[in-house]
Amino acid sequence: MGVYTVTGLNNYIKNVLTSEKALQQIWVEGEISNLTKHRSGHYYFSIKDGASQVSCVSFRSTNRKLKFEPEKDMKVLVFGSVNVYTVRGQYQLQVLDIRPDGVGELYKAFEQLKKRLEGEGLFAPEHKKPLPRYPRKIGVATSATGAAIHDILHVLQRRYPVDILLCPTTVQGEASADSIIRSLELLNRTDADLIIAGRGGGSLEDMWPFNEEKVARAIYNSRLPVIAAVGHETDFTISDFAADVRAPTPSAAAEIAVPDRTEMVKHIDGLRQRMESALKNHILNQKKHLEYLSGRISPDRYRELLNQRTQHLDEVTYRLASRTEYILQAKVAELGGLAGRLNAVSPLNTLERGYCVAQSDEGGTITGVIDIKKGQNLQLKFRDGCCRVGHKENLDEGC
Amino acid sequence: MAVAEWDIKKIWMRDVKLSSNTENKNFEDSLLELEDIVERLENGQISLQESMEMFERGIKLAGICNHILQESEQRIEQLIERNEEIETCDFEQEN
Repeated sequence: MGVYTVTGLNNYIKNVLTSEKALQQIWVEGEISNLTKHRSGHYYFSIKDGASQVSCVSFRSTNRKLKFEPEKDMKVLVFGSVNVYTVRGQYQLQVLDIRPDGVGELYKAFEQLKKRLEGEGLFAPEHKKPLPRYPRKIGVATSATGAAIHDILHVLQRRYPVDILLCPTTVQGEASADSIIRSLELLNRTDADLIIAGRGGGSLEDMWPFNEEKVARAIYNSRLPVIAAVGHETDFTISDFAADVRAPTPSAAAEIAVPDRTEMVKHIDGLRQRMESALKNHILNQKKHLEYLSGRISPDRYRELLNQRTQHLDEVTYRLASRTEYILQAKVAELGGLAGRLNAVSPLNTLERGYCVAQSDEGGTITGVIDIKKGQNLQLKFRDGCCRVGHKENLDEGC
Repeated sequence: MAVAEWDIKKIWMRDVKLSSNTENKNFEDSLLELEDIVERLENGQISLQESMEMFERGIKLAGICNHILQESEQRIEQLIERNEEIETCDFEQEN
């Protein structure tokens, strides 16, 4: 026996183990521990059971194809081949595939992914795009031969005149996730108003592409609003949460996407009736207003106005008359007073007492002898009349 | 009232004539405008003359909407990708 070098020994052991059929492409079940996800994209971890553990390495090329994200403590089935890491003289399982062990683990993987993406804000309500109310073209990402497209077309044809653009998509089997992502990409480059992505009912595994992280991200990043319509009412997928709207079934997605033609016709008819009655009311109101205005210029109203004015006129006339009367009486009284005062200084009163007034023929009053000319006649005015006296020949100064 | 009904009928008659040349009008825009007109008519605050004009416009829009709903043909196409270019063809439904 010669002496092995360390390298030689490890290489020999590697050779023995890798040529042993029973250790190649085998399934091992266990629980993940000491998981390290390296920046290179490789995963290093152990799987263990109650008593023992084995190192595993899963390279980036494998990890890219995994349908879920391995997490610590997850029960898994690892598919791989035994190999030796000669640098450390350590045997390990080189992983080719990992699957969650049983439905419980599948569910756990689902929950973990959901939690992680939720934490990242992929399901945030503020990111949800509103659906157009009246779309003109709907993009559909599903199989051209499946039940889903049949159901969607059936509903849309009955419900609303909208154009449909189908992007044939693989929704069953290994290529599904990439096909869905590709379809979303292509439809986002068209003039569609929204996208329905989904498939009909099936097993949990059939739905699985819609639980893949990259599909959820493609939906999240879609420019157009996406309605996810996967399986039946009870099937919830990660895509449902990432989508702008989740529809319980493909048929329901079609119903959500468009309004109902019959409802719309009713709505428009309702608008028409509202418009008609609004206009009728308007006309009626104007008419009432007109009637009101007409009422205010009616003969009755006019007569009333006239009566009011007549009464006012009567009142004013009465006041005018009584006032005039008063003024007249005052003037009469004033006149009486003045006449009395005039009477007191009248020469007639002097005549009454027996005096007389001498006047010339011309009417001038003779107040002294000096006024009398030789041969002049005098008129004497008495209480009860006038007489003419002859002229005086010789004036006697002593008389 | 009689006058109002007669006027509305007259506008309806005109609507019939209008609906024949109303093709290139988007459904959503028409409906939004119609809804706006109904609200403004219901609020009053506009002259009778303006109301009549708006009513006439509303009836025309309702005609357009109904026309789109009833008469539009649905196109069902299938998307094909060829050398990074997107093309479409009619989608043949299997029954």
